[in-house]
Order: sequence, then structure tokens, then C-alpha cells
Amino acid sequence: MIVTTTKGDMDDSLLEHRAGTIDNENELTTWTEYWLNGELVHRSAHVILKQMPSFAGGETATF
Amino acid sequence: MANTQSMCTSFLGELMTGTHNFGTAPIRAVTTADTFKAALYLASATINAATTAYSATGEVSGAGYTAGGITVTNATPPTATNSSATAGVGYWTPSASLVYTTVTLTTAFDTVLIYNSTQSDKAVSVHTFSSQTITAGTLTLTMPSNTTTTALLRLATT
Repeated sequence: MIVTTTKGDMDDSLLEHRAGTIDNENELTTWTEYWLNGELVHRSAHVILKQMPSFAGGETATF
Repeated sequence: MANTQSMCTSFLGELMTGTHNFGTAPIRAVTTADTFKAALYLASATINAATTAYSATGEVSGAGYTAGGITVTNATPPTATNSSATAGVGYWTPSASLVYTTVTLTTAFDTVLIYNSTQSDKAVSVHTFSSQTITAGTLTLTMPSNTTTTALLRLATT
């Protein structure tokens, strides 16, 4: 697979691949890194938002 | 039959479309939806409920990223759904993921600000996530399902 890197497009077979996941109540995030000779040359992330800001409940006045 | 005191759920949805105006508001030249944008902010920035409008202060910068961020896809108008005689939800979610393609953002960022670029860049909502950097890569922010309990924006009565 061809990967876009800071060195130009490269075949992933030439690169060290690292990946990780963050899963909590707010998000599910996966990230992918490619390294070349100890240098980070590509990093992408996919964040799936789970929990949105809460809004106070509205109500009408009681007479 | 009986009457029940409540805020009308239709009103919640209509707030999101600017149907009601209790004060002064901008004169709208068109009836189409405004354009909303999504800007990324550094983890060191201060973006919160007190934010009133988009600002470049604290915004990320780097190759492939344009100040102000990207346009939010808005193909689905707000919805209002009753849950009882006294409660309901008005809600809206962007209709596509927010995708920042082939960018390099080397300083850690953790926030996206949704704002209305049609209405003087007025702020809408702030969403945070784990601190990230991007190197010659793509950041994808996938939206939650557009439902009464998970939509990106929800105005609810209880």
C-alpha cells in the first residue's frame, strides 16, 4: 500500500507501522503512524465522537 | 382531554432554524441554511462555552490546513421529536464526517469549534477529544448518529 509521507509517497513495506486506539466515554479514536529510520513520516487519526455537550433542560414558568 | 404546560417541541427545532426572534437579529437575505464551518484548536487554547465567535487565536496551523477550517456538510435540517406531553428534543448533526485531508499539524490539538460563517462567524459548539497531531496524514472526525439522544446538537425539555 502506498502511504503519503513527509518524504513523498512510499510503499508501506519500507516503513515501520504503529497504531493505537483510545476508547472512552467521549470518543473512539484510532491512530496510525509510519516511521522511517526513527523519524515519524506519517500520522493520521480517526476520531468518532460519542458524547456531546449537554444542554440544560428547558421548561416553562409555573403560574 | 387535558392540557399540559410545556415548551412546544416544535419550538426547539425552530430555534435551530431561526424561526423565532425575541430580540434583535440579523436581517436575513435568504431563507436557505447558513454555512457552518469547523476549526481546530490547539490543546493550549481556551475554547469553551464562553467562546462567542471563531477566532484565529489558538487555532492550529500547518501544511494543508486553511485558517477557519473546513465547511460542515449540512444536508439534513434540524428535527424536533416529542417524547411526552411535556418533553421533547430538537436536534441536528452534520450529515458527513469532518475530514481534514493531507495536513501536517505538529502541535497538539484537541478541539473543534463549530461556527456559523454566514452570521459573522458566531460560535455554535465546542467538541473536545484526545490530544492529536497529524503528519502528512488525514484527520477524520466522525459524527455521532443523528438521534434524540446522540445528535451533535440537542436542545431538550424534560
